[in-house]
Amino acid sequence: MTSTMNVKIPDDRIASPSPWRAFGRMVGTLWSNGKARLGLCLLGAFVLVAVFAPVLAPYGPKDNGFERNADASLAHWLGTTAAGEDVLSQLIYGAQISLLVGFAAGILSTIVAVLIGLSWGYMRGFAGEVVGFIVNLFLVIPGLPLMIVIAAYLQNGGILMIIAVIVVTGWAWGARVLRSQTQSLRGNDFVTSAQFSGDSRARIVFREILPNITSIIAGTLFGAATAAILAEAGLEFLGLGDSSIVSWGTMLYWAQNSNSLLTGQWLLLFAPGLCIALLALSLTLINFGVDGISNPRLREGKGR
Amino acid sequence: MKYLLQKLGLFVLTLWAAVTLNFFLPRLMPGSPADAAIAKLSQNGPVSDATRAAIEAQLGVPTGSIWDQYVTYLGQVARLDFGVSYTFYPQSVASMVSTALPYTIGLVGIVTVLAFVIGTLIGVAAAWRRGTWLDTLPTLTGSFLSTFPYFWTALLLLFFLGYVLHWFPTTGSYAATTTPGFTGDFIADIARHAVLPALTILLTSLGGWIIGMRNAMINTLGQDYVTFAEANGLRGRTIALRYAARNAILPNLTGFGLTLGGVVGGSILVEQVFGYPGIGYLLFNAVIGQDYPLMQALFLMITVSVLIANFLVDILYGVLDPRTRR
Repeated sequence: MTSTMNVKIPDDRIASPSPWRAFGRMVGTLWSNGKARLGLCLLGAFVLVAVFAPVLAPYGPKDNGFERNADASLAHWLGTTAAGEDVLSQLIYGAQISLLVGFAAGILSTIVAVLIGLSWGYMRGFAGEVVGFIVNLFLVIPGLPLMIVIAAYLQNGGILMIIAVIVVTGWAWGARVLRSQTQSLRGNDFVTSAQFSGDSRARIVFREILPNITSIIAGTLFGAATAAILAEAGLEFLGLGDSSIVSWGTMLYWAQNSNSLLTGQWLLLFAPGLCIALLALSLTLINFGVDGISNPRLREGKGR
Repeated sequence: MKYLLQKLGLFVLTLWAAVTLNFFLPRLMPGSPADAAIAKLSQNGPVSDATRAAIEAQLGVPTGSIWDQYVTYLGQVARLDFGVSYTFYPQSVASMVSTALPYTIGLVGIVTVLAFVIGTLIGVAAAWRRGTWLDTLPTLTGSFLSTFPYFWTALLLLFFLGYVLHWFPTTGSYAATTTPGFTGDFIADIARHAVLPALTILLTSLGGWIIGMRNAMINTLGQDYVTFAEANGLRGRTIALRYAARNAILPNLTGFGLTLGGVVGGSILVEQVFGYPGIGYLLFNAVIGQDYPLMQALFLMITVSVLIANFLVDILYGVLDPRTRR
């Protein structure tokens, strides 16, 4: 027994690579996956559109001096809204809100999921049971109805309210996935060796175990961002967000409100919805690649 | 038996927590229903103290300590007494909910089970014929469709199949000209009105089941006992269905329980687009009309139904997997 304790542990433990190296390797593996590469390109395009929206958009998103309910033309590629705004410009500016909400809510709920999931995975006894119960409660309570109810009480709290509501209702799934990963790693040799060398619990969890589940965390992040983008659009569509901002969700809300289905302006409904779907698709495609990293069996392979 | 009792205990505990959450949610939020109603009135001019007192009395401003309120609330929930709707005064919330409930259970219930069964079967096929078109086509189409927002798919179907092609009715649950009753005409009409919302839920939720089952199946196909069965020269179909799929479906079944909440949530958006008079549409109207008693009751209703479904899935899991009963 004493001999194992005296074993010198190399500074650069194989089991815990530096987070940046792990991240770099992950991006490399992602890029080598065809689906993930397509997703990364698509996402990159959306980010560029959002960042350069003021340059790209032909008009301001709220300029309403144009002809109302106009069909697509050279001056207005996608036509104009019932309030006389340029649809294409709104679409371009709308990318900002979706990306902002998606990533802010995605990152925040992933942080919550990591903190709770990892410490839960390392906990034993009653405390673990209590955390487990709370996580399960948030897992089974249907998210969108809860969001709608909270949003109804808060009434037009704007983007920050939407982000907060999404985080509150969206962290539990990630926490559960990360907990099971932590549990399966807890028994590994490198964790035992860290325990013997007297590392603190927090160090073991966040410096030894965390780098080994980077890909799972990335998967959680992309999943949470997808859910957040869809949730934001849903809340805005129901008119529960700030309907004065220009986002894809509010575009659909106003389109529905001005009966653009009856007037045959299907572009007004088609375009923002397609953008939401494509953005969500890009994240899903990236997640396919991430799945392949964390589960080698799922990597592109031949059938039986 | 111990497994059953354990699950039952957990169910009761979760139920209690959900009811409690529903109690505290409005109390944690700024403002009260009465304040909201007074704010609405004051847009038209100053509100007198007498009016204010009348509104507070009518909207049941909470009295007594928070503990007293909680006990009263639990009693009301137990008696299914959710008070009176504000927007559809003087209808009781309970009667409104019971009118809307059959529509949602009929629509969402049937479609969800259908999507699960179809998706799982496609997932099995995709994993078995991995790398061929039978895998790529449904996996890609499924994941593409599942990124569509529920309400957008609903709007597209409504526009093309409803307004342009006139194949299906665009709103409501039955035509104003049909008389409700247990007749063939009425049932056919109900079914026709349910097609578009059902198709929406089916299309957007199918992808999740396909991919979940495919991935679980690929994992079991890599297990030793499958290789062993192959080495024994069993037929491919026997291995796929009896050996691999039977085990792969277990985690997917838990997923079914958990994803149900999402489907129920998505149905709110779908019902709103089609004006389908179910629970979701009612919730939307309650939110827009700031009808807090109705809203609270509906949220509780939705939560409890998802909890019950999860409980049933847990029981089924125990039946299918003897290991969980240890």
